[in-house]
Amino acid sequence: MSRRFTPKIVTANRLREGDVVYLTADDRWSPFHHEAELIEDEAHAQMRLLHAAAQKLTVVGAYLADARPGPNGPEPVHFREAFRTRGPSNYPHGKQADLAN
Amino acid sequence: MYSYSDFDEAFVRARVAQFSQQVARRLDGSLTEDEFRPLRLMNGLYLQLHAYMLRVAIPYGSLSPRQMRQLAYIADTWDKGYGHFTTRQNIQFNWPRLPDVPAILGALADVEMHAIQTSGNCVRNVTADHFAGAAADEIADPRPYAELLRQWSTDHPEFQFLPRKFKIAITGSPNDRAVTRAHDIGLRMVRNAAGEPGFEVIVGGGLGRTPMIGVTVRDFLPEADLLPYVEAILSVYNTLGRRDNKYKARIKITVHETGREAITEMIETRFAELRPLFGGADQKLLAEIRQAFAPPAFRNAPTDAYDAFYRADPVFRAWADTNLTRHRNDQYAIVTISLKAHGRTPGDATSDQMRLIADLAERYGHSDLRISHEQNVILPHVHKSDLPVIHAALTKAGLATANVGLLSDIIACPGMDYCALATARSIPVAQELATHFEALKLEHEIGPLKIKISGCINACGHHHVGHIGILGLDRAGVENYQITLGGDGTEDAVIGEKTGPGFAYDEIVPAIERILRAYLDLRLEPAETFLQAFRRVGMEPFKVALYEAEREQDAA
Repeated sequence: MSRRFTPKIVTANRLREGDVVYLTADDRWSPFHHEAELIEDEAHAQMRLLHAAAQKLTVVGAYLADARPGPNGPEPVHFREAFRTRGPSNYPHGKQADLAN
Repeated sequence: MYSYSDFDEAFVRARVAQFSQQVARRLDGSLTEDEFRPLRLMNGLYLQLHAYMLRVAIPYGSLSPRQMRQLAYIADTWDKGYGHFTTRQNIQFNWPRLPDVPAILGALADVEMHAIQTSGNCVRNVTADHFAGAAADEIADPRPYAELLRQWSTDHPEFQFLPRKFKIAITGSPNDRAVTRAHDIGLRMVRNAAGEPGFEVIVGGGLGRTPMIGVTVRDFLPEADLLPYVEAILSVYNTLGRRDNKYKARIKITVHETGREAITEMIETRFAELRPLFGGADQKLLAEIRQAFAPPAFRNAPTDAYDAFYRADPVFRAWADTNLTRHRNDQYAIVTISLKAHGRTPGDATSDQMRLIADLAERYGHSDLRISHEQNVILPHVHKSDLPVIHAALTKAGLATANVGLLSDIIACPGMDYCALATARSIPVAQELATHFEALKLEHEIGPLKIKISGCINACGHHHVGHIGILGLDRAGVENYQITLGGDGTEDAVIGEKTGPGFAYDEIVPAIERILRAYLDLRLEPAETFLQAFRRVGMEPFKVALYEAEREQDAA
């Protein structure tokens, strides 16, 4: 029996600013993890990653990251991905400041 | 200080123009990311966790006030108003936007700076003793040699695609403040029996996943042979280095696999071929470079004001006791400005702080500034009578923390707060250690101590050579911190020993406290430092302090 597929989201950095972004189900790049499309199927995940990687003028370094469903949408599983949703812990810089409002 | 020749100027400007066009081609889609990545890395531009990062070279850690002000200007104009000084004496900007990078590089070129060879498999920024030209124990100023190496290695056609990155460190003093034994090549100035200055040449040191102390391939290299000999080492490495395996590609592995005798012989053979090809142009150039590093015109004036202040003001005295180092001129002192205020990010300076430091250097410091690999800023030449006014100015700017060489003078890499390679955070651990022991008021009682923290196995935070080293890892999706003890980065370099199982993020500060309380209990006298005590008693008492308490808790 094959291992169960862990749900994924597609994430990358914006080419110009370097900001962390997430691929939504309606093909936008959102700064919010909870707006990402939660992908439950491995074949679909590969299709979405290809779609993301093709957007060479928008994003850099697209990859699949583990995620799980939450009350407001997908939540990160690994602490690295949790940090990427916020920004650094030593200054109020990055998303935690830019998206506060 | 060295000033760019017309050649340097034209080279740096040409590179800015090239990279500006490469950025434009990336933004219009003519270059893919795979094509662009090596080009941006050649120019110091990384893509990190939350943003791009630009690493700017500070050759051998030397800066002029004008350059420091320009770094402040860049921080304000294109970043978030601060910069991060690194363990390789460079500065990193954490938030540049890609379209702005050409303008930043242009602004750097305006003050004879660049980001070339701060990444990639080439010879990186040559680091040097941050007290160069000022230290009382110095044989000769290492900066002219470092500048010669910089010019020789910059865009050297043979060494642009080495098996892996290559780091050279140089010290002009027998007391090694440049960690030469943990570099690909370490050059330590010594004298031979005839009293002539030359270099002990150390090869194959390095930290990272396979930490190694370098081996001495030449006990004494005459200074005139420096370039051909270094070229011979690079040449042998370029041929033998393991390009098949990134993790075995550093010269330390080449030295280890080849053996000291065999590699020494190969280097000497290659050196014999190369030596005659150096017709003396390098020595002529070295002599010219040396002019640029002539000592400043030291003032001859009374130091009574300093003595009076030292006696009268305990805050000033505490700062003077920790942050000043003996200068070769008795009327002068070397000032270390701590970028380690308790609870702040080690190595960070705001643009206002940079400008203040630049002003102080200009007014009181013969316009000379250094960045240390321990992430502090140095005013290498300060007349003692000027120290009280400097201390007062630093105090107002939050830069007068009296902690150099003490517990809170921590080296920390950016870790997972910024770095894409990191496996755990470093900065918050450094912040909490500093504030925790500040609250306990134990720092001065503990005395000289070097804590060094890396957020991954690549060891940018030099944890292997920390008296206490902390390595942040990812253990099954949780941050976990491994402790090493007894490391030493000086001329007696030693790689620290692992204590045992690691500690969770919220357990690491209490664990360090247990180690240090054990040290306070077992030291023979307050003058016995942590490192001396560790060398005397070994690992066992610290293991007991670290793990026994836990076991008792588990049993309860």
